[in-house]
Amino acid sequence: MTQAQFQARIDADIKIEPKDWMPEAYRKTLIRQISQHAHSEIVGMLPEGNWITRAPSLRRKAILLAKIQDEAGHGLYLYSAAETLGKTRESMIDDLHTGKAKYSSIFNYPTLSWADMGSVGWLVDGAAIMNQVALCRTSYGPYARAMVRICKEESFHQRQGYEVIMTLCRGTAAQKQMAQESLNRWWWPALMMFGPKDEDSPNTEQAMKWRIKRFTNDELRQRFIDATVPQAEFLGLTIPDPDLKWNEERQHYDSGNINWEEFYQVIAGNGPCNTARLAARQKAHDEGEWVREAAMAYSKKQEQRNKQVA
Amino acid sequence: MNNWPLWEIFIRSRQGLDHKHVGSLHAADAQMAIENARDVYTRRMEGVSIWAVESTNIHASNPDEADSLYEPSNDKPYRHPTFYDIPKEIGHM
Repeated sequence: MTQAQFQARIDADIKIEPKDWMPEAYRKTLIRQISQHAHSEIVGMLPEGNWITRAPSLRRKAILLAKIQDEAGHGLYLYSAAETLGKTRESMIDDLHTGKAKYSSIFNYPTLSWADMGSVGWLVDGAAIMNQVALCRTSYGPYARAMVRICKEESFHQRQGYEVIMTLCRGTAAQKQMAQESLNRWWWPALMMFGPKDEDSPNTEQAMKWRIKRFTNDELRQRFIDATVPQAEFLGLTIPDPDLKWNEERQHYDSGNINWEEFYQVIAGNGPCNTARLAARQKAHDEGEWVREAAMAYSKKQEQRNKQVA
Repeated sequence: MNNWPLWEIFIRSRQGLDHKHVGSLHAADAQMAIENARDVYTRRMEGVSIWAVESTNIHASNPDEADSLYEPSNDKPYRHPTFYDIPKEIGHM
């Protein structure tokens, strides 16, 4: 198959499957994107794990545990999808730990109050869903199928987050204040989750051509803003953007400038929690070493035993 | 043919969809299993890709243990979006 034939298949919306021929650059782009996505799910467990023991009720603890469990599952679906492209799980994990691979910059922010559990669900998962719904139609079959499964499970994540914030907003003045401060902390980092502005996103054009991405960063960001502003208004919360206003002509919200310097600093490893997040992952991996060894040793022993019986 | 192993056949009906189990057949080796599967299961263009897995390589859960295996999910309704009351004004979330 030639590049032209490959592009013709993409243009006809025919999915690419693992054994199909694909340009090396397509394969590499996918491995990078899917593995980063997987890393984000796994590292994303850390900010929420911080609140399991301190969640305010048994109900909230159970929900939080279930949500974090889902994130681990989502990481697994995505690592498996990336493995169909020929990269091993081990080397992906190595790339995360050495810093060669990135993960979503949002998880380098700390979760300081219980309200942040609400904001993570409402805003961070809300932004992730915006992105992931679009990816259900991505051109690589295993990635698209993983996204469909993830989107189905993700809906409860956002709803429980909104419920947390709503409960705080209907509580005491101090609780509502806690919700507002949390929104102030998470609004801008959530907007950064969609990535750089289109004109500063060098990979977007090719990724759109290959239909790996179906919408640009700015399109998805606008969609998120338009969906979220009324949700904040309903709660009586104020979005921390003085330039935010409805544009009747565009039928979209106009919004203020994002602090891109902060975004690039966090990507470069200088966010509030980068070091702690990677250290936590590395520690979990190292301390799990004996479990992986023991499981393999047990399996070998069983195999030998079964042979002897036979 | 008494010793030909059994193979489980999975067919992808269209690019982008999962391989789905369609049935099984006997064949001497993987190559023959795929060819036979083509003849048995795709005579009317039902598929664009075939997986053949020797049946002995399939490990299945035990139906007698289904109760205890799935019990942990029974009391966790909070894993479903409908567990949460989101006001109508907010619309779909």
